[in-house]
Amino acid sequence: MSRRRVEPLVWLMFSAGGVLASVFLPILVLLFGLAFPLGWIDPPGYDHLRAVVGHPLTFVVLLGLFVLMLVHSAHRFRYTLYDGLQIKKKRTVAVLCYGAAIVGSVAAVAVLWGAA
Amino acid sequence: MTPSAGTPTDVRLYRPRISTWWWTRKRTYFLFVMRELSSIFVAWFVVYLLLVVYAVGQSEAAYERFLDWAASPWVIALNVVALVFVLLHTVTWFALTPQAMAVRVMGQKVPSFHIIAGQYTGLVVVSGFVLWLVTR
Repeated sequence: MSRRRVEPLVWLMFSAGGVLASVFLPILVLLFGLAFPLGWIDPPGYDHLRAVVGHPLTFVVLLGLFVLMLVHSAHRFRYTLYDGLQIKKKRTVAVLCYGAAIVGSVAAVAVLWGAA
Repeated sequence: MTPSAGTPTDVRLYRPRISTWWWTRKRTYFLFVMRELSSIFVAWFVVYLLLVVYAVGQSEAAYERFLDWAASPWVIALNVVALVFVLLHTVTWFALTPQAMAVRVMGQKVPSFHIIAGQYTGLVVVSGFVLWLVTR
């Protein structure tokens, strides 16, 4: 695929991932990052969480969420490196950023598949 | 840039070197870079959630071990920082949406305020749903 065809797709995924991150992440970080480990709220029981994670709908939603948020993050970080640190090796930066997002997406499929 | 008549063709542009720390001089620049750096914490939390799913997929003991690890001071500290950056992302993303997208209803442009309020409503609904799903 040529660069001209890929670029709009990446921007679209960046936007979708940005919307998902803005509505899903605050509550997820608050619950799973702080409230459950610190015991502010009783962590969900193992059987319940296992049932939620094992549901096919959860698989689809979480996979979409993870992949789009990874592309969002990679795309934004790429431009942070261009503008913020003024890195000149643009091609290398792009390959590393999107490469990391692809590796993360493959890992997400493997982990979600293994838990389903 | 096209060289005008009479000038040599190998025009060299003067490009002053900009300091790496250009964004620390002004509050708006600083906030811009902080907003962009939220991407690191979005990626971190995807990894963290994958660890949750992985532990739950393994066994009850693995899930307990994960919760213990998640309660260690450095992980908590990292997640406090992550929460701040994620909230910065949410607020700035909502504020920018009306500028990036002009919504029209029956030929009338929807005011920015309505778009922003709509997004906060979405945030509340999604948060409520996630809370209900995992704690019921």
